[in-house]
Amino acid sequence: MENVGVMMTTPMSAYLEQQLQQRFTLFKLWESSHSLADSVKAVVGDTKIGADSKLIDSLPRLEIVSTYSVGVDKIDLEKCRDRGIRVTNTPDVLTEDVSDLAIGLALATLRKICACHAFLTTGSWKNGDFQLTTKFSGKSIGILGLGRIGSAIAKRAEAFGCTISYHSRTKRQTTNYRYYSNAVDLAANCQILFVACSLTNETRHIVNREVISALGPQGVLVNIGRGALVDEHELVSALCEGRLGGAGLDVFENEPHVPEPLLELENVVLLPHVGTDTVETSMTMADLVVANLECHFLRKPLLTPVI
Amino acid sequence: MGSGDEQLPEIVVLGPPVVFALYDQQFSSRFRFLRPWESEEPLPQFLASRARSTQAAICSGDFSLSAAVLANLPSLRLVVTSSAGLNHIDLTECRRRGIAVAYAGNFFSPDVADLAVGLLIDVLRKVSAGNRFVKNGLWPNKPDFPLGFKLGGKRVGIVGLGSIGFEVAKRLKAFGCGISYYSRKKKPFVSYTSYSTIHELASNCNVLVLCCSLTEQTHHLVNREVMLALGKDGVIVNIARGAVIDEKELVACLLRGEIAGAGLDVFEHEPRPSPELYQLNNVVLSPHNAVLTEESMEGLYQLICGNLDAFFTGKPLLSQIPDE
Repeated sequence: MENVGVMMTTPMSAYLEQQLQQRFTLFKLWESSHSLADSVKAVVGDTKIGADSKLIDSLPRLEIVSTYSVGVDKIDLEKCRDRGIRVTNTPDVLTEDVSDLAIGLALATLRKICACHAFLTTGSWKNGDFQLTTKFSGKSIGILGLGRIGSAIAKRAEAFGCTISYHSRTKRQTTNYRYYSNAVDLAANCQILFVACSLTNETRHIVNREVISALGPQGVLVNIGRGALVDEHELVSALCEGRLGGAGLDVFENEPHVPEPLLELENVVLLPHVGTDTVETSMTMADLVVANLECHFLRKPLLTPVI
Repeated sequence: MGSGDEQLPEIVVLGPPVVFALYDQQFSSRFRFLRPWESEEPLPQFLASRARSTQAAICSGDFSLSAAVLANLPSLRLVVTSSAGLNHIDLTECRRRGIAVAYAGNFFSPDVADLAVGLLIDVLRKVSAGNRFVKNGLWPNKPDFPLGFKLGGKRVGIVGLGSIGFEVAKRLKAFGCGISYYSRKKKPFVSYTSYSTIHELASNCNVLVLCCSLTEQTHHLVNREVMLALGKDGVIVNIARGAVIDEKELVACLLRGEIAGAGLDVFEHEPRPSPELYQLNNVVLSPHNAVLTEESMEGLYQLICGNLDAFFTGKPLLSQIPDE
C-alpha cells in the first residue's frame, strides 16, 4: 500500500501523520501542489477542513474519505454518494471524552470554577469571599440529540441526581427519559440544555432566539456539538443582556474566532474545541482512521462506514 | 424590633458564618442574636458580660470553639455549627458539659462532591486553562492547545468513604472510573475495594480524592511518600481540609513533576494558599467554597432554624452529630 496516495487536509495529529506516512504515500494539502491530485485515492479530513465539493472534484481518483472526527458536516456526503466514494468516521471511541467534557463544562459554568481560580490567583480571597454559585446536582437536564454522546451525558448526569429530558429526531422507545417533540418545549422545561446532535441542514441554528428565551435567565446552555447548531449572534446578545444565565461552549460558528463580547463574561466558559483532545483518545481515533483505510485498500469491510 | 422581641429566644453568633450574613434579616425575624463582632469589647469580655444566660450558639466552621470560649458560656446547652466539619469544636468539652451539637450533616455532600468532580475534570481536561487560552485571545494565533487526559478508566482512590466520599464515588463510577478507598472503618455493604493504608491506596490509584475529616490521625496524612506512591501521572483533589495534605511537600512534588496535577478547595493557611500554586497550569484552585451555593445556603438557613426551633420547643434536634 506504500504507493497509495493519501492526502491529509490540515495538521491534526502528529501521531496520525506518522502512522499514515509509514503505510502510504502521504500528501499534505497545506503543503502539496495541485499536480499531485491524480495520485490521491484517500482524503483524511477533520472538523476544520473536511472534503467539500471543490476538493472532491479536484481529486479524480478519490475512493475514500476517512475523517478524524465523528461529525461529517464538513464532508459533501451527497457528492460522495454520487461518485461512489466511501466515507468513514470515528464514532464510539470519543463518546466518553466528549460527554465527560460536557459535564465538566456544566460544572465549570454553574460553580464558576474558572472564575474562582482567577479569584485566588489574583489575591482577591484575602479581601473577602467569592459570590455564591449555583448547585448542579438535582437540576433538570435537557439533551438535544439523544445519540451516543447525548446518552452518555444523560448517564453521567443521572449520577448527580439530575432529571433527564430530551428532544431527538425520533422518540426512543428504550428510555424512560421524558421526550419533547421540539427544542423550545425542551428548553422551557429544563435548566441546563446540552446540545449534542449532529449538524445537518435541518439542525442548523436549532438553538435559536426562541429556544434561548425559553431556557431563560436561570438557564445554562452547554454546546459540545457544532457551533452552527446555535444562532451565535442571538446567544451573544442573550448572554450580554442577561436573558440567558450562562453558557459552556466548546464549539463556535467560525472557529477559531470567538465573538469578542463572550471573552469578557464570567458566566461563560470557553474552550478551543477540545472535546476529544486527550492523549488517549486522539491516538485511538488516529488508529481507527488508519484501520479503516487499510481495510478499504485490502478490500475488507470498513470498520466504521458512514457511506 | 417590636416589644415582642424580648420573647424571642436569645442566641450568640460566633464567626459569623456566611449563612448568617446572607440571611440576617430572616434569622432576626425569628430569634434574637448577640453579635460579638459589632462590639468593641474583645470576645471573652463580651461573652462574660452579655452571654451569661445564653443557652444556644451558632458558630461558623472556622471559628475555634475551644474550652476557653465555652468557659465564658456557662448556660450553653446547644451549639449549631454551619459546617459539616467538626474539627473546630472541642467536642470532648461539649460532651463533658452536656452541650448538644448540631451540624450540617449530609446536607452539603452533593455540592461538595460536585466540586470534587468539577475540579478533577478541570485538571485532567484543562478546562480553566483552556478558558484562559480562549479569553486571552490566543486561539487564532496559536491553534495548538495541549492535550488533556481521559477521565474514564482512571483508578480513583477515595480517602474517607463517609457521606461526601460516597457521593464522589457514585458520580465518578458513572464516568467509567474504578473506585477504591481507604477509610477508618471498612464499609461492609460497599462493593468498592478497600485498602488498609493510604500508602497502599495511593500505590494502586492514579487519582486521590480527599474526603475525610481532619483529626490528629489525618493531619498531613498525604505526605511526600504518599504522593510519590501515587506517581507522576497522579492527580490529587482535596475538598476536605487543607491540613490533610502537607502543603509544602505538595508544592514541591508539583514543581518537580512528581505528581501530574491538583484540584484544591482547601489549604493549610486560608485565605493564603502557597503562592507557588498560582503559577502552575496543572492546578485548579477554589476559595474553600464547596458548600457556598445558593441552594445550600437556603437549605442551611432552614436547617439551622429547624434545629433552633426544635431545641427551644424541647423536640429532638434535626441534625445532631453522631455519637463517636
